[in-house]
Amino acid sequence: MSQSYDRGLVEDFGRWRDFSAGMWAWVFHKFTGWVLIGYLFTHIAVLSTAIPAAGGDPSIYTGTLQGLEELLVVRFLEVGLLAVAVFHILNGIRLLFVDLGVGLTAQDKSFYASLVLTGAIVIASVPTFLAGAI
Amino acid sequence: MAEHYSSFDRKGTRWLLQRLTAVFLIGVLAFHFMLLHFVNHAADVTFNGTTMRMQQLGYFLTMIAFLVTATFHGVNGVYNALINQGLEGTQRSVVKWALVAASVALVVQGVRVAFAMTNGGLF
Repeated sequence: MSQSYDRGLVEDFGRWRDFSAGMWAWVFHKFTGWVLIGYLFTHIAVLSTAIPAAGGDPSIYTGTLQGLEELLVVRFLEVGLLAVAVFHILNGIRLLFVDLGVGLTAQDKSFYASLVLTGAIVIASVPTFLAGAI
Repeated sequence: MAEHYSSFDRKGTRWLLQRLTAVFLIGVLAFHFMLLHFVNHAADVTFNGTTMRMQQLGYFLTMIAFLVTATFHGVNGVYNALINQGLEGTQRSVVKWALVAASVALVVQGVRVAFAMTNGGLF
């Protein structure tokens, strides 16, 4: 037997103080999704240097990528990208289970678990991402 | 049972494709990060190294599938987010076809890049 629950409009960000765990998960999933699709367009633009590289000047590709990697700000942005991607993946797995009706009563706990696991993976990855830049 | 909330019409093809691409992307995105940040450090990437990877047919096809599914999943997600925000009517049609055009452009350019990365050595 189903019960109705008036959660209010998730889209009304002005009432963010009233958001429950599931609504924060929705907001974070949308935000990380926007970042990832934005990055995909940027990624292909940068990798397009492979086209002149294949035309006989491989240094334009290698130099562009290695030049970017020499910038400390790029390394930190990559750590941010990792955080965004890991959360989107973990919360995405959570959403697939919710869609299958599995673990609905623990959907708030699985959101917190996604956050904690994202934090742990990102912190553990920082040395690898910053190696050689500082 | 709590009320179910989703951005999508659960009867729609786009709803199903969003989930199917999600399952594929969970594995491939994690693999991509592992391979190009942990196995091969991003700072050490060279055109020759990229070419060696992309000349392997299985890897090449995986990357093409990654490009197409990520583009669909991302752009379809953006479209649904905008519909959630109240996009409708003519604006909805304009945004829809702009996103379709952007997706096609991204996939076409991505495929060009993928072939360039093989440096003519795939077949």
